[in-house]
Amino acid sequence: MELLTHKVENGPEIVVLHDPTAFTASLGWFVNTGARDEVPELAGVSHFLEHMVFKGTQRRSADQVNRELDHLGAQSNAYTSEDSTVFYASVLPECLGHAVDLLTDLMQPILHEEDFETERQVILEEIAMYDDQPPYGAFERAAELYFGSHPLATRVLGTAETVADMSVSQMRDYHRSRYTKDNMYLIASGKVDVSQLINHVTEFANDWPTSSQPRAETKVDFRTASEVLNRESIHQHYEVQMWPGLHRNAPDRYALRLLCSILADESGSRLFWELIDTGRAETAAIWPQMFDDCGCLLGYLCCAPEDAVENSLILQRVLQQALQDGVTAKELDLAKKKIASSLILSDEKPANRLFALGQSWLSRRNYEPLDVVLSRFAAVDLDDILRVAQTTLGCPPIRVHVTS
Amino acid sequence: MKQELLHRDLSNGLVLLGERMPWLRSAAFSFLIPSGTCYETPGLDGLAGMTSEMVQRGCGDLDSRAFLEHLDELGVERSSSITTNHSSFSCAMPSEVLGETLKLYCDMVRRPHLPEDQLDDARQLCMQDLRALDDEPSHRCFSELKRFRYPQPFGRIAQGTREGLDAITIGSVSEFVKSRYLPKGSILAVAGNFDWAQLTETVEAELGSWNGQPPSALPELHENYGSRHVDHATNQTHLALAYDCASYESPEYYQARALVGVLSDGMSSRLFTEVREKRGLVYSVFATCFSLAGHGSVLCYAGTTTNRAEETLQVLLETIHSLKNGITTDELDRLKNRIKSSLVFEQESSAARSGQIASDWFYLGRVPDREEVCAKVDALTCDGLVKHFCENLPQNFSLVTVGSQPLELPNGAVDAQS
Repeated sequence: MELLTHKVENGPEIVVLHDPTAFTASLGWFVNTGARDEVPELAGVSHFLEHMVFKGTQRRSADQVNRELDHLGAQSNAYTSEDSTVFYASVLPECLGHAVDLLTDLMQPILHEEDFETERQVILEEIAMYDDQPPYGAFERAAELYFGSHPLATRVLGTAETVADMSVSQMRDYHRSRYTKDNMYLIASGKVDVSQLINHVTEFANDWPTSSQPRAETKVDFRTASEVLNRESIHQHYEVQMWPGLHRNAPDRYALRLLCSILADESGSRLFWELIDTGRAETAAIWPQMFDDCGCLLGYLCCAPEDAVENSLILQRVLQQALQDGVTAKELDLAKKKIASSLILSDEKPANRLFALGQSWLSRRNYEPLDVVLSRFAAVDLDDILRVAQTTLGCPPIRVHVTS
Repeated sequence: MKQELLHRDLSNGLVLLGERMPWLRSAAFSFLIPSGTCYETPGLDGLAGMTSEMVQRGCGDLDSRAFLEHLDELGVERSSSITTNHSSFSCAMPSEVLGETLKLYCDMVRRPHLPEDQLDDARQLCMQDLRALDDEPSHRCFSELKRFRYPQPFGRIAQGTREGLDAITIGSVSEFVKSRYLPKGSILAVAGNFDWAQLTETVEAELGSWNGQPPSALPELHENYGSRHVDHATNQTHLALAYDCASYESPEYYQARALVGVLSDGMSSRLFTEVREKRGLVYSVFATCFSLAGHGSVLCYAGTTTNRAEETLQVLLETIHSLKNGITTDELDRLKNRIKSSLVFEQESSAARSGQIASDWFYLGRVPDREEVCAKVDALTCDGLVKHFCENLPQNFSLVTVGSQPLELPNGAVDAQS
């Protein structure tokens, strides 16, 4: 496997993890924009725009876009997060030329008013759908409490109000200011002909807007808080917690992932044995969420309402014990093996490599091959785990409970 | 490399299947045991799921914790699930630990400890799943559809019922293992980078002496039709709609599947275009084929805010019926491309391939290779599909809605009931 990078003159950067033996090719435009780049009254515009990107360009109608994606036999989709918007497709290698042409064309959507109004209804349905699902907005509410006035408090979907009030001209302005040559990367993996990518980007990205404002860096002013959300006639108790975490480039990020695995993996972790194996809870999980400049740890507990108080105490006891005594060498060794195996299995598919490469390029403009990542995990020791536990779980968390 | 199905029938009835994918670093298996919900003792709904939970709590020389730790040590990614027909155990792992992992799972099905002091823990765990399902309206509408459309024993859901879970004893679990965890009717499908001779040797050694009676015959399935509503305080109404189609075993399955593909595969499919893209009625809409006891059904889902539910159902039904007016060459070509590409994608995943092999064997008693699937897909024509649709017009509808207001099937749909 070979990493190839190419900066088109006066254009976006192309990064490819080339594997000539692969059966397929995956490619995607990774745009360095998301909910944190929105002003409050336009909350949700990045995600709404992600939907509108599929609604046609100067060269293609919306119907054509959908038909071509299906004609390619592509496994394609898009997603929006707090700090990125990604459009991707996995195709057979012989379809790569067509796929790059289509995906690149999509980056300059036409944004018709009529399509905007129809799609607004789809987004409102999406908001209604998530509002019906556990944990009923508890993660979003916890992020609002945790980040306060920081832009990372913005809800990725926005709210029914911001989406209802948004205009297509505001979306056009946002697109012009964020989908710029210096803010987008064409990432590919698998059996990829790099020259095809270069030729397309050179030809079609030439007149894209050149540069965007750098993202404003604001310090997170973390305060502890607790809140209860009431939902009519729900059967389970849901609880979300947030602790301070690490940013994406923090050297301790490997130790943090191992810590979360030891404490709260779906199977075989301390919380698994205490809460899941015993049937006390349906889910008990802790995982890191990282951004370029900060991060947090998210905790999620779902159990019967009558067990909520006791389970919360058990969870606190488990965390307290880890803060005090750290973890055992056996636990660390097992967690390393679990993570190594899961990374090796995941690395088999070019589509999975695409996301690892794209995310890594967005946040640090480099890529660590699998063997390097494995060696970083292998190097973590018990002191690293204790240190990272104390800097994260050592702080009192934000708590949001959902009860009937 | 030529695709080859490796196959060994053990004398006790277990079927071992393999497909080598030597370009991968992984191997995966899918182990189906004929102990699904349809074999549960009447009144003990949830027994299959609770037994699956109990057998994973220690076996052979290992207690519950040692069993899981050993799997973690080997780096095995695992899952288990319950369907109407089977308890299914699936694992993906670095290929070099396949043999050792298989030995653990062979112990699990043959020598589970079934610790009585953990029965209540397992019961509570199953109760958690059941309550969680009650809070997930989009999943719940499919569970309720299954209960409504398929009478006992076929309509049982994996999570069981509160009463059923409460009534399960250690005796019922142990009896279920004894009478249902059997070689006859079990399928072990392996895909990825492995050595067939070594694999057969391991499986013969571990499972060759496993004995028991074949699973009992099931009654004939007769579906229920009509509408059912489940009251739930939600913003959206969730609709699950079913109607008859050719089953997976039928020679006409490819036509039925292709018609569902025209309706629902991809962003240019008719349901996505008509219900979401043109009208903005939903975020999620889809249709899929489902087969049970030789009966095929198309299952459709749409979730929409309550005041638009009636219109959504109307458009859903109109779109389904639009198939009789013709299918374009372009639609069919797109579908063919998607299916053929998916066969290539499958070569990148040992887990996906082992699951497909096991499922094909269960339904068909054989495993079609890529060449055969491509030939069948290539043979589909627009006229042939429309003819199939017109000769098998959607009928025998079942509709379940979960939300704050009930919804009835329109007269036209009800009139079409046979």
